[in-house]
Amino acid sequence: MPPVTHSPATRDSVNDMVEMIRIEGLSKSYGDVPVLRDCSLGVTRGEVVVICGPSGSGKSTFVKCINGIEPVQAGRIVIDGEDLPSKPAAAARIRSRVGMVFQHFELYPHLTVLENICLAQIHVLKRSHNEAVEKARSLLRRVGLADKEAAYPAQLSGGQQQRIAIVRALAMDPVAMLFDEPTSALDPEMIGEVLAVMLELAREGMTMVVVTHEMGFAKAAADRVVFMDRGEIVEVAETARFFAEPASERARLFLSRILAH
Amino acid sequence: MSSFDISVILDALPFLAKGLGLSLGLTAVAMIGGLVLGLVIAIVRLSRFRVLAMLAALYVNGFRAVPLILVIFWFYFLVPLLLGRPVGALYSVLIAFVMFEGAYYSEILRAGLKSVRPGQWQAAQASGLTYLQTVRLVVLPQALRKMAPLMVTQGVVLFQDTSLVYVVSLHDFMTSASIIANTQNRIVELYVFAALVYFALCTAGSALAQRLSSDRQRAH
Repeated sequence: MPPVTHSPATRDSVNDMVEMIRIEGLSKSYGDVPVLRDCSLGVTRGEVVVICGPSGSGKSTFVKCINGIEPVQAGRIVIDGEDLPSKPAAAARIRSRVGMVFQHFELYPHLTVLENICLAQIHVLKRSHNEAVEKARSLLRRVGLADKEAAYPAQLSGGQQQRIAIVRALAMDPVAMLFDEPTSALDPEMIGEVLAVMLELAREGMTMVVVTHEMGFAKAAADRVVFMDRGEIVEVAETARFFAEPASERARLFLSRILAH
Repeated sequence: MSSFDISVILDALPFLAKGLGLSLGLTAVAMIGGLVLGLVIAIVRLSRFRVLAMLAALYVNGFRAVPLILVIFWFYFLVPLLLGRPVGALYSVLIAFVMFEGAYYSEILRAGLKSVRPGQWQAAQASGLTYLQTVRLVVLPQALRKMAPLMVTQGVVLFQDTSLVYVVSLHDFMTSASIIANTQNRIVELYVFAALVYFALCTAGSALAQRLSSDRQRAH
């Protein structure tokens, strides 16, 4: 891969060798309707990959398949060298190593912010209560929400909830983070605060796969862009090249529409 | 019938209290047992195990298709035939109520579990929680909160239904009242008193359900 000129993130060239996520021949359908067709993608450690495409192109489904919360009919998923088992129960341990952030935050409404962040730490990683709380507090400070630990999700703005959802995922010390349209449900004035946290994560070298319509974020943080349409990966390109000269006609059309406004 | 004689009620209070104790005790056991059984049935019905889910559905629909009084008869007359020995009125009634209420509570709980957004399941599972941990820690607490008013209402209905145990000669509150009414020939006093007690307890239950339901609305 040629050096990435437009990406501000500097990468350790040794890390580029290590493959963190490997997806081979992923296929999925709902009944007779195919949603993913033979999708393959490799993501190296510390890499940021943005997945874009028109709505209904299967990108959300694709990212949810990566940690096995959407079952697939065919294909292989390898996380940090380990095969993701097709049985959901067996996948739980590997799943806990991949953080996931959802479009609608999905904080647990019956728990406080602190309890939200500690739940899986305590019940999956078997951390002690104190350990979990300490971890949660240090991460909350990093995203500027230390004063919200006793609040319930319903008392917070969308932007705050999403930053806490990111913290909840980070508290598990994941080897990679998946984002499924993390800013699509936010009011415009809150998108920036969430993107800022994501950008910082990217700069720190977190391996990230991000489904988003935020092309500004893609330009600023992504090493590569994946373009999906009708359940297929149409194009995978280094970010600068994707925006300057997309190879496929479908990507060109998509970009002309999305960048027009 | 002469004037309203309250002394007959006062004299019978210990006997009536014993009957009320049976009614309340039966309600409590049937509620707790029914909730536990109903939870198991609801989880099985929502699980991936098709055959088990179908059996659970059959159970629920079966029990909901017959009147409670018939279920009481079954357990009192038919189960001893199958076992080859008598079960006793109290035990047969307890089992009948738990199994019957289990069917109703499972429907309430199933609706509650289903009302929790799929994203909550996904978020919990994405963090590595197992299926049962997800139910216990994330989904069930939300479902119970939503369903608390309905469960209390079902408890009120259940309390009223305990009067059916007269068919196997158990003395619940209603039966006790009617025994006194007939032996003392004080029908008006006893039935007015019984109505007042039912009214007071069931109104209290409904008020609790109302409060739980408005608490829930405030919380969101």
